Order: sequence, then structure tokens, then C-alpha cells
Amino acid sequence: MSGADISCRDVRLNRGGQKFSFDFTLASGSVAALMGPSGSGKSTLLDLIAGFETPGSGAILIGGRDVARDAPARRPVSMVFQENNLFGHLDVFANVALGRSPSLKLDERGRADVGAAIERVGLGGKEKRPPATLSGGERQRVALARVLVRDRPVLLLDEPFAALGPALRADMIALVRELSAERGMTVLMATHHPDDAERIADTMLYLEAGTIAASGPVSMFFGPDMPEAFRRYVGSE
Amino acid sequence: MPAAAPIRGRILPGALALGAIGLVMGGAAAGLIWEAGSDWSGAASALDGYLMRVVRFTLWQALLSTVLSVLPGIFVARALARLPAFPGRGAIVWLFGVPLALPAIVAALGVLALLGRAGIFADVLSTLTGDDWPGIYGLSGILVAHVFFNMPLAARMFLEAFNAIPADHRRLEAQLGMSSWSAWRLVEWPAVRVALPGVAMLVFMLCITSFTIVLLLGGGPAATTLEVAIYQALRFDFDPGRAVTLTFVQLVLTGVVVAVAARLGAQIAGEAFLSVSGRTGLFTSGTEKLVNAVILAAGFLFVAGPMAAIVLAGLDADLMRLLGEASVRDAAVTSLVLALLAASLSVALSVSLVMARRALELRRGRLRSPGILERMTDQGAALVLVIPPIVIGAGWFVLLRQSGAGVFAAAPVMVVTVNAIMAMPFAMRAIRPAYDSASARHERLCAQLGISGLARLRLIDWPPLRRPLATAFAFAMALSLGDLGVIALFGSEYVKTLPYLLLERLSAYRTQDAAGVALMLGTLCFALMMFADWASRRTR
Repeated sequence: MSGADISCRDVRLNRGGQKFSFDFTLASGSVAALMGPSGSGKSTLLDLIAGFETPGSGAILIGGRDVARDAPARRPVSMVFQENNLFGHLDVFANVALGRSPSLKLDERGRADVGAAIERVGLGGKEKRPPATLSGGERQRVALARVLVRDRPVLLLDEPFAALGPALRADMIALVRELSAERGMTVLMATHHPDDAERIADTMLYLEAGTIAASGPVSMFFGPDMPEAFRRYVGSE
Repeated sequence: MPAAAPIRGRILPGALALGAIGLVMGGAAAGLIWEAGSDWSGAASALDGYLMRVVRFTLWQALLSTVLSVLPGIFVARALARLPAFPGRGAIVWLFGVPLALPAIVAALGVLALLGRAGIFADVLSTLTGDDWPGIYGLSGILVAHVFFNMPLAARMFLEAFNAIPADHRRLEAQLGMSSWSAWRLVEWPAVRVALPGVAMLVFMLCITSFTIVLLLGGGPAATTLEVAIYQALRFDFDPGRAVTLTFVQLVLTGVVVAVAARLGAQIAGEAFLSVSGRTGLFTSGTEKLVNAVILAAGFLFVAGPMAAIVLAGLDADLMRLLGEASVRDAAVTSLVLALLAASLSVALSVSLVMARRALELRRGRLRSPGILERMTDQGAALVLVIPPIVIGAGWFVLLRQSGAGVFAAAPVMVVTVNAIMAMPFAMRAIRPAYDSASARHERLCAQLGISGLARLRLIDWPPLRRPLATAFAFAMALSLGDLGVIALFGSEYVKTLPYLLLERLSAYRTQDAAGVALMLGTLCFALMMFADWASRRTR
């Protein structure tokens, strides 16, 4: 399945007095980095697209269809969290297989797909391992394998590698870039690290105080035309 | 750690407290052994068919009560967890805490007022069954009362397990589109399974040591548990030999249950996943919401019913006349005085043990493992949970009888000491965290500034301990006020507490009076528990 464009049209949300408003379009197949200070609304925006939050008003279009009031499972979206992506009592295979069948009922082809996905993220041979015996990076690889078997056009990542060291983070970023290119997924990744954004993304959405303060090609953000707000956030050298 | 002298000063009271507890337990043990030794044949002849029937019934009713409390408890907890925005949800969770605050005798009366022969539902039930409703006695009555107490308890404990499911797992459940059944099987059951053995063993333990409910609602030899049989052997059959045998059997039974619980508890190990998102994303279908709402309504009615019946039946009684009666006023004064003394003793013993444990921990330093005295100050009070008050009471009853001292003259001392020790595990749970954390912050400063002795108690220890002490005191007092166990053995014309008076009126078929006294007693205990709860909240 190839990607789908994401379009937030005048999306507004009031959460306990904290106000958010989003209005932007992300082209199909693009890879966007989502940056901004803590509390600026990165996770909230991802939650809105994934369906964990319902906007007070506005439309969220994915592939031209308004999904703003759909249940999370009905949206063409996969999301990877920073932690707790895996169920501790299920082994690697079952955790990935949940992406194909939420009741773990798989046919031959389903099992083959799950095996291939585990192989693809570099965890071949670890199908029977419980999550507790995996490293932090391996656990996120399992989550990515599940994204592959779910096969949805949009991938949301909420600071998925924040708990990993620099080298491991670079590896994982590279893996996400490969997988998204293979599948043509539209990717939106929240991160605190400018180098992550530079490595993976073609587009940047910069948030401040619950709204998009600046957006554009990543090259612009790290070039001489760096927007002033972003300069303050990363700290000018 | 410096300043050895003030630390030693805190160990002595703890050692004395342990000695006092040992004396109470030891006296009971001595009585039982003396009785068994002096009349060996009497004790041995009690190993008969009656004993077997009593043991079988004790286990059977506890097993049924546990199943009937735990399974619905899981359903109710799940309904609460999956309806986070249900109107009145907070009120239901609160209501489920109320049975814990009610004395067993009051709850038993509530069940009778609802389902007894002259209960509120008697007419309806007579019409339904086409016969005169005989009233709920025997096994069914015991089960209803036990479930009234333990289903809400189980539901609250399971709700904690549900709430401990990481929010991200709830979001995955929604994103992957799990059905209600898949969510139960893959997300919720693993969390419930971890909590299940602990909850089930706790309920089972409470039900095999249940005395008051079985005494009031059980009937005849067909529905008698070990504790009630001990009471009957001592008070009605004057058969101390049989009482001794029954007591030993009861001790073996609770000992086995506690050992099994400890084994199961040792295997309980959760995974240390931290929840990242505080908001749970729960998406349930309309049908499921409706089913859960019906479950909650049923749970609410089951718990609220007997409470409403207590109030209605109590208000129906001639409360003014009751308050004017000298016997009621005497019993109330006796109850209050004994409960105040029991609560004071309980708090004093608990504080002594808590301070001594901490002092011993400071003295040994972090590297060495705790010595025997420290372990006893830590675990000693938990022993009470294994040895039911009736057992201690029975031991002293036969000891006092054997030694020729007056059994009934000892009533006030027995009630105060046994109730005080009974409340200690709870009192220590309230006091210890506050004391230990205050000590961790202040110990070095006190040593450096030379603050010790009474000055330290007044200036440093008292302020952070005030509220936990109030909590422990109110809790111990409520527990003592509502207890029927010890006073049932030692009560007489001379010493009557409110629960004892209630039992007397009930035995004399003065049901209305009993309902009135139950309302007074229930209100008093409820107010104390609310105060204890309020004080503990303000601590945090």
C-alpha cells in the first residue's frame, strides 16, 4: 500500500484550558519531522491524527477522507510510542501478529507475513523471545515489524527512539527511512533531536504553544533561512 | 550513624511492646496447652464426626464466598475501568469502600432487615415462592453477607490492577481494533491474573475466620464454622476440651492458608513498565457500554441494599426510647471507654514497634542484614492476622477458668488488649511510612543539633506523625467498637458493649431494638472511618 496525504483543516482542541489549533497539509509519501518545546503540542497532534483525541471542531483528512470522528482502529494509521509498544506477556511473534489480527487468529499467509516482517527488521530467530529479554532498540524494531504487517499508509512516531543512545538512534532512523521508502508511507515523527530530523525528513513542522509556528523543507530549517523561532529553540551557534 | 544513646532509647519501648504482645499470645497458648494436658481425653474425644462437619462447612462456605465475591468483583471492576466517564462512577467506587467501615454485626443485621423473615423483601419473596418466606438463614445468608463485604473489596483491588495497565497499551488496543473479548484476553487478563491470587487468598482468609456473620446468620450444627463452634463449646456446652481441639484445628487451617498465600505472593512479579501517557484511550461499543452499565447498576444495588435497609430499619425503631434506656446508655459508655483504651494501647504499641524498627535499622547500617529483634518489630504484628481474636480469647478463657480466676471479671482487660493487638497491622501501616520518611530526613540534623528525648518527640516527630496517628487511632477505635468476637466470649451482666447488647436483643427476638442499636453503632463506626480516611488523605 502506498501513502496518503494528511490534511488538518482548522482543527481545534481545548484540553483543560490548553488550546490547540492546527492547519496544514502533508503530501502523500513525504517524511515530516515534528519539532517543538515540551508542551507545544507534538503528542497532541499525533493523538488527533491517530484518534486518541477528538477535535472540538475541524476536519482531519487522510487520503481525502475525513477521519476526525472515526475510532482509532478504523483510521489508516499506525503509531509507535516511546515505550510500552509491546505486551510483556506475549512473545515477539505474537506482538507483531497483533498487527494482522487483534484476536491473534492467523492463517498460513498471515504467519508467513509476520515472519517476513520480523526478518525484515533484523530480528530473525528471536520470534519466541519475551519482550523483557530484548534491548530497548530491539523492542522498537518489534514495533516497526508490527507496522509492516499492519500495512497502513500513514506512520506516526512519538519520539520513538528518545530512550536510545546516539549510534543506535541513527541505526533506527535509517531503518525507518528504508521501510517508509519501501512502502511509500507518509511519515510524521515527533523528535527532540535536530540531527534526527535532518537525517530522516524532507519536511519540517515546527510547533509552539499549540500551533504550527513554522513549516517548510528541512533544508530551509538547517540553512541560512532558518526561521527565527526555530533558531531560538535549537539555540544558535 | 552517630548518637547511639537516643537510638537505644527508642529500642527499649519497642522491646517492651513485643513483650506485651508475647504475653497476650503466650497466655492464650498456655491456657490451651494446660487445658489439653489436664483433660487429654476431653480434647481427643472432640475429634469426631461433628468436628469433621464443622471443618468441611468452614472450608465450603469460605470457598463459595470467595468465588462469589471474586468473579463478580472482576466484572464490576472491569465495568468501572471501561466506563471512565460513567455518571456516578466516583460515588460507586466510594460506596464500595463503605462495607469495610461497617462492623460485621451491623452488616448482618442489614442483610436480615432486607431478606429476613420480616425483612423488606419478605412479602415479595413470599409471593414469588408461593410460600411463607422463611428468612435468609444458613449457608445462603452467610454467603450474601460475605459477598456484601468482600465483593466490593475485591472490585476495588481489581480496579487498581486495571488502572495499572499502561495507557499506551489501552491506545494500542484501540488502534489495533481489538474486540472487547480480545482486549480482555490480551490486555486485561494478564493484569488481573497477577492480582488474582492475592485477592482470592485475602477473601478466603477473611471468610474462614468470619465469626459474627456466621453466628448471626448461620443456624444450627449444619451451618457452623470453627470459630462459632469454639464460642458455643465455651459458652453453651461448657466443653473446654472440645474448644481446645477446635482452636488447634482453626490455627492449622489459617496457618496453611497463610503459607499458601505467601507462596503465591512470592511468585507475583509485575513488569516495571512506566505509563507515558496519563490519559487512557478507551473506545468501547454502545452494546458493551450498556452491558457494563447494567453490571455497575447491579453491583451498586447489591451493596447499597443492605446499607439502606440498616438505615430504614434503624429509623423504624424507637430511637428516643432506646437512647433513654439505662442498659443502652451503659453499653454505649462501656463500648466507648473500652474502644478509646484499645485504640490508645494499639497506637502506643504500634508507635513503639515502628520507632524501634527504624532505630535498629539505623544502628546496623545499610550493609548488614536485619537482626532477629528488628524482624520481630517488623513482622510481629502481622502474626495477629494468622491468629484470630477468638483463638486468643479462647486460650485466655480456659486459662482463667483453669487457674480459678474470674473469667468474666477479666472482660474489660481482654477486650482492650485483644482489640488493640487486632488493630495493630492497620495502625502500623498508617504510621510507619510517615515515621520512616521523617526519620530519613531528620536523623542527621537531630544528631548534629543534639535534639533528643521528649524535645525531639515534641518538636520533630510529632508534627509529621499527627495525622497518621489520628488515622490509626480512629481506625483502631472503629474496629474495637464494632467487634463482637472477644466480648461474645467474655461478656456478661456486668460488662456489655453495644455489639453484645445487640446480640442479646436479637436473641430475645427484639429485632426492632437490635435494628436501632445497629444504626447507632454503624453510624459511629462509619464516622470514625470517614475521619480516618480524611486524615490519611491530608497526609499525602
